[in-house]
Amino acid sequence: MSHQLQDLTLKIWRQSGPADPGHFESYRIDAISDEASFLEMLDVLNEKLIAEGLEAITFDHDCREGICGTCSLMIDGQAHGPQRGTATCQLHMRKFKSGDTIVIEPWRATAFPVVKDLMVDRSPLDRIIEVGGFITANTGGAPDANIIPVPKPVADASMDAAECIGCGACVAACPNGAANLFTAAKVSHLNLLPQGQAERWSRVEAMVETMDEHFGSCTNHGECEAACPKSISIDFIALMNRDYLKAKFKNRKLISQS
Amino acid sequence: MSDKLQSKTPAGAMADKWDNFKADMKLVNPNNKRKFKVLVVGSGLAGASAAATLAELGYDVEVFTFHDSPRRAHSIAAQGGINAAKNYRGDGDSIHRLFYDTVKGGDFRAREANVHRLAEVSVNIIDQMVAQGVPFAREYGGLLDTRSFGGAQLQRTFYARGQTGQQLLLGAYQQLARQIGLGAVKLWNRVELVDVVTVDGRCAGIVTRDLVTGEVRSHAGHATVLATGGYGNAFFLSTNAMNCNVTAAWRAHRKGAYFANPCYTQIHPTCIPQADDTQSKLTLMSESLRNDGRVWVPLQEGDGRPAHEIPEHERDYYLERLYPSFGNLAPRDISSRAAKRAVDSGRGVGPLKNGVYLDFSHAIGRLGKDVVKERYGNLFDMYERITGENPYDVPMRIYPASHYTMGGLWVDYELMTTVPGLYAAGEANFSDHGANRLGASALMQGLADGYFVLPYTIGNYLAPMLNQPVPGTDHPAFTAAEEEARARFQGYLDVRGSRSPDWFHRELGKIIWDKCGMERTAEGLQQALADIPALYEEFRRDLRVTGNGASVNQTLEKAGRVDDFFQLGMLMCRDALERNESCGGHFRAEYQDDEGEAARDDDNFAHVAAWEWSGDPMQAVRHKEELEFEAVHLAKRSYK
Repeated sequence: MSHQLQDLTLKIWRQSGPADPGHFESYRIDAISDEASFLEMLDVLNEKLIAEGLEAITFDHDCREGICGTCSLMIDGQAHGPQRGTATCQLHMRKFKSGDTIVIEPWRATAFPVVKDLMVDRSPLDRIIEVGGFITANTGGAPDANIIPVPKPVADASMDAAECIGCGACVAACPNGAANLFTAAKVSHLNLLPQGQAERWSRVEAMVETMDEHFGSCTNHGECEAACPKSISIDFIALMNRDYLKAKFKNRKLISQS
Repeated sequence: MSDKLQSKTPAGAMADKWDNFKADMKLVNPNNKRKFKVLVVGSGLAGASAAATLAELGYDVEVFTFHDSPRRAHSIAAQGGINAAKNYRGDGDSIHRLFYDTVKGGDFRAREANVHRLAEVSVNIIDQMVAQGVPFAREYGGLLDTRSFGGAQLQRTFYARGQTGQQLLLGAYQQLARQIGLGAVKLWNRVELVDVVTVDGRCAGIVTRDLVTGEVRSHAGHATVLATGGYGNAFFLSTNAMNCNVTAAWRAHRKGAYFANPCYTQIHPTCIPQADDTQSKLTLMSESLRNDGRVWVPLQEGDGRPAHEIPEHERDYYLERLYPSFGNLAPRDISSRAAKRAVDSGRGVGPLKNGVYLDFSHAIGRLGKDVVKERYGNLFDMYERITGENPYDVPMRIYPASHYTMGGLWVDYELMTTVPGLYAAGEANFSDHGANRLGASALMQGLADGYFVLPYTIGNYLAPMLNQPVPGTDHPAFTAAEEEARARFQGYLDVRGSRSPDWFHRELGKIIWDKCGMERTAEGLQQALADIPALYEEFRRDLRVTGNGASVNQTLEKAGRVDDFFQLGMLMCRDALERNESCGGHFRAEYQDDEGEAARDDDNFAHVAAWEWSGDPMQAVRHKEELEFEAVHLAKRSYK
């Protein structure tokens, strides 16, 4: 059964654009159902602001099913808030209690400049994919899908990595602003599969080096795994590091010998 | 029939038509392809796959998305799977059977030749996606696994856990990203289409608005593809993402593209019921759950006992009772209406009595918790996060919600709209699903259009245009469209009324859901056609958009989208009112048989209704494309 939460105080980051230094502003929510999602609470607040003639708070969101990776809020200092393995849009108010003060910020990372309020620019993540996060397979020439068997444990491990939703929580949670978990997830998804072997070594090299151009360095804090809404394991970072090292020594003429 | 509605279906036997088209189509020399600019709007399955493939072929491609990244398109949320006539199971599948099931599933309101082509290329899609590294579910021997889905008696659905849409979209996105990295595609992100521009009746390009700076800008191209999804958010509460909208399709409609069958909307039977008034969207629980979950309500009205206290003989497994051969896997429209009737009869469950049970206790008893977890674990977790209830212990509660729209821009066999040079692909067009879409067919259609249809048909249009001059963005038609768009968005800011765009959207959605939702009547539709224009008038008088137009303003974006939903809402109701029959997702209470099933009227309504803009949605002109059935016989659709 639903209950009402009373007297919430929200401290929300407001920033009119990249040039504005930004500041926190406090808002009150008198009552909200605990069945409401966190973003629905912000919807309610925005409706109230519009009714008062004020500008609504800008925040990124779309599917509200935890899969598109658009939502991106730092809630009380935690990327996506207090619930493990959960994106902001799937966080519900039942995780909070009456009288709480909740601090809401955008992702904080040098590579993710604030666009406005709680919205940031995460396009460096796309740059990493563009240099190697794919298998070169032009449309039309694919052989029958069952011609290469993929052992189930391999397919499962690849899928574990492929679940990444590209939200950037790993970067936001990392004290160094590193994107190693994001990059490792895509490298591992493709490098584990037989279809990904042809470009295995060039892929990891290109992706890691592009990552390094935009993001900080990984020092194994493990904050990324804790913040990841898909609970992607940092084991994949080890796999990426191993492949990167190998790629650096690899004789490309003997590429099939992994 | 309007002379614009030429389907251009190729000659020959049904199974030969696509081959015949490819044999006869005009080609563009590889070295000439770069001379043609193709604008692709939308980066979901259809848009990303079309853009990537066209760029691979050598065309000069630009992609537009309102998201921050093309990977966020709503195709990503599809859960259950993708159909293909591979027959890897040896259970008797074939291209013909997938074709037949899709035509029948659509209640015989789709164009046969398009559906047959879809079934043909379905097998190529799986090959292509596996080559791209989509980690589909596998058997222990390493071969691909499949499962069954509603409306089919075969296991032809390929899947990647409960995230098939995500994995397929990421596959297409990665192909697109590769082309962007190679410089073959130019990406415009956080940019929204606000108008389509025609010159001498042909599509000359589009006008966009930058969502970060507010800049309105023209883009000229030889051909334009709208892969902009469906209009399910007209209902306000739906399983669509918050930003899904009809604007691109609607603006095209206003520039001469006919809008087909807007009343064909799909209400998905398995969504989490609404919990309270602040709810912003509804969440789908994949139809694949009906493979192992059993749907029931208490036999007694108003039975307030918790599920586990209701003994077996006091439960009504109504789908198994009414449709014994398909049972819990009856198609979506049929399952949805059955759920509505169960709830309307006072037997709804949950705190608001607005759901039915989807119960896994038998499956857990039969298969064990581990197997159920392996199959549906992520869906169960999602359910628990949203409702706070653990579906391993208590049955899920589900209720139908707006999910997909079969209607859309009218297209011919080549996916071209009634505006030459303007194409519509994926959910944005009307072409393949008739009056009802079968599960796991949306992913199939999006990828079929983008990977395997448009790359051929666009070349057929472009080839004769080689070295012909086309209008540039300095053409007066572009400047006029830009001015109009600027004035329109400034207009929303200038109303300075008292109600937010979301308030209007919610009210509009209620009218459409009540009167043009799961069950429609002439009386209700007439009421809606009085109520929507009245509310629209209020929208134009009393809208309040705060902020300005020169930086990110999500309230302003929403105002433009709600404006278009109002106009579409009127057309949906008019279409539903004119279609005096029940078929698929369009159920008119006046037209049902003795058992309460949809009663089609093939003599009078075996046609596509394609609406022509006339300056006012209430005055749109209805045209017909008669549907002729050569390969399948029109039959009553029975799943009993």
